[in-house]
Amino acid sequence: MAPVDVTIGRRPDLTGALLGDTDPAAQGGWTDHPPRMGFFTDTSVCIGCKACEVACKEWNAIPEDGLVFTGMSMDNTQGLGADTWRHVAFVEQRKPLAVQDPGVLHEGVDVLALAPQGSGTSPDEAGTTPTTPGDPGDLRWLMASDVCKHCTHAACLDVCPTGSLFRTEFGTVVVQEDICNGCGYCIPACPYGVIDQRKDDGRAWKCTLCYDRLTVGQEPACAKNCPTDSIQFGPLDELRERAGARLASLHDGGVTDARLYGRDPHDGVGGDGAFFLLLDEPEVYGLPPDPVVTTRDLPAMWRRVGAAAATLVGAAVAAFVAGRRI
Amino acid sequence: MPTDDAVERERQGAGTPGTDVTKDGLRGVRPDREAVTGVTTGRPRGGRGRRRRGGETPQVPDATFTSYYAEPVINKPVWEAPDIPGYLFLGGLAGAASLLGAGAQRTGRRRLERSSKVGAVAAGFLSLVGLVHDLGRPQRFLNMLRVFKVTSPMSVGSWLLAGYIPVAGAAAASAVTGRAPRAGAAATVAAATLGPAVASYTAALISDTAVPAWHDGYREMPFVFVGSGATAAGGLGLLTAPVAETGPARALALAGTALELATFERMERRLGMVGEVYSQGRGGAYVRAGTLLSVAGVVGAVLGRRSRVASAVCGAAMLAASAATRWGVFHAGMQSADDPKYTVVPQRQRLEQGEPATGTSTTTRTPAATTAPSEAAEA
Ligand code: SF4
Ligand code: SF4
Repeated sequence: MAPVDVTIGRRPDLTGALLGDTDPAAQGGWTDHPPRMGFFTDTSVCIGCKACEVACKEWNAIPEDGLVFTGMSMDNTQGLGADTWRHVAFVEQRKPLAVQDPGVLHEGVDVLALAPQGSGTSPDEAGTTPTTPGDPGDLRWLMASDVCKHCTHAACLDVCPTGSLFRTEFGTVVVQEDICNGCGYCIPACPYGVIDQRKDDGRAWKCTLCYDRLTVGQEPACAKNCPTDSIQFGPLDELRERAGARLASLHDGGVTDARLYGRDPHDGVGGDGAFFLLLDEPEVYGLPPDPVVTTRDLPAMWRRVGAAAATLVGAAVAAFVAGRRI
Repeated sequence: MPTDDAVERERQGAGTPGTDVTKDGLRGVRPDREAVTGVTTGRPRGGRGRRRRGGETPQVPDATFTSYYAEPVINKPVWEAPDIPGYLFLGGLAGAASLLGAGAQRTGRRRLERSSKVGAVAAGFLSLVGLVHDLGRPQRFLNMLRVFKVTSPMSVGSWLLAGYIPVAGAAAASAVTGRAPRAGAAATVAAATLGPAVASYTAALISDTAVPAWHDGYREMPFVFVGSGATAAGGLGLLTAPVAETGPARALALAGTALELATFERMERRLGMVGEVYSQGRGGAYVRAGTLLSVAGVVGAVLGRRSRVASAVCGAAMLAASAATRWGVFHAGMQSADDPKYTVVPQRQRLEQGEPATGTSTTTRTPAATTAPSEAAEA
């Protein structure tokens, strides 16, 4: 799949290589590349239909991911993994939410008296359904479709020792299944718990942002199937702008809980290629509140390793000097 | 709530699958139905098996936190024991043993030289075997040598082992057969040069992950690992060489144990709440066993330095100690990956202190902050 081996022979420009705002495709060695593509998942309109989960499985021919009844909310998928590339989280919360009153409580309605009218609602009233803010309820549902974030600084890609994970021309992160040897390093490296090993296959799998569809100008299967446009696909710049406008309109409408997650290109992973509008703290949805690409600290780690190696040499020399005596 | 269940059963009618009230109590109750999420679901932890060291104030108080039905945030490593902890242990043993072998050659301790060199190449090779065996596709191991990536400690390590094992093998072969002494000496120098790197890179390998107990410990982990490697190599020397030659092995084990224990203690203290996994559960049990064995081994080796048997027993204890430490670090990391607490609480705390990791929070709360500066100026 990879047109070039981006790790060999590239003269790396290290500015922005480990942190901060950058053009990941250019970092990955692409010179003439299309704009960076991504997802904006607006969870405020998600209805939890799981069409994205199904579309993803169908398009990518992903095997079954365990038929379990978890008993927790409506979510039996549980989380992202080798065989789950979209996961719809269902959060049941004891938190007040302005509720809509559809006006269909029928206590005190004398049906017999209504009978001559021919309908429960008089014809002039039938055109509108009264929708008024009711009392705050004590339960709300949050639904959110989670996916690989296609990080600007992707830990999975950084640590992959085979070069199987690579950066596409669209700035996304993809596993090359003909190269992966299942070393498993990418799995604990991902700060979001996205990529995982397929047990009977041994290799690591995750969302490809439908690389095959992108190359022929199609949008990813999940975005295509989302009936509410909760999942929006497009050039990242455009999505970021759109998300800003959406956040502003929600705040204007009084939904001050709304916030964007992963939009900022200066956060711990340099911004997510797939980012979200959430209605509560990230950890409520199972997302880390302040994720950092682990390789940010790698230069410091190598320095400590060097110091420790030198210490070992020192200890060995000292042992031979002192060894005559003890 | 037996009454509710009885009502429910009444409503559903007899024979309905699901929860049943029987004379032995409730059957088929799904406890997770009661799980509350989205509100503070932090459970008080600790109690069983908890051990806090010497009265210091933990960095992070027992925190309440929110999670998604207590599901872990990160995916747990798929690495398995004994492959990976064995790989860590044997790499440390090999690297330090190469140094011991080179020193023994220089100071004319023939038996110590031979056993250290043979031990080094055997451990180095088995370490590689552990790594390959753990792969999901072992037959594709050579893909590791397809690229060289300094951002991947596993890539660096694979290249290191690929260079180290042949020279360590040559050094051992020459020491055992007595042939090609010149080439043997050159190989010895090469192995002793690569050895310290082989003994320490695995610390960067496990730290370069999102596993809280490993990543956050990256400052001390390399020192813990070389200390543990030195203890193991010293132990191997004591186990295999006659007492007349074991002085340096004993001294190396002593230094290694001291370094390991001191830096481990420091790491646990610095990690605060996350550090508790090193004293809890399976990880904690291995770490404690490692501490006991290494202290006992070193004390015994110094006191019994004139006895061949005592030296050998203590040497074996040191090898076991080093292995136990690696198993402990391995399992502690797994424990910290399994519980969302260790991921969420430190991150949440950074945010609450207004110090996100890179100075910018990943959450944008106000629409204004999303507006570009120029647009903001126009508005
Ligand atoms: S979310 Fe995880 S798997 Fe996806 S690109 Fe980022 S580090 Fe890799
Ligand atoms: S499991 Fe495969 S994709 Fe993941 S780091 Fe290893 S070789 Fe790379």
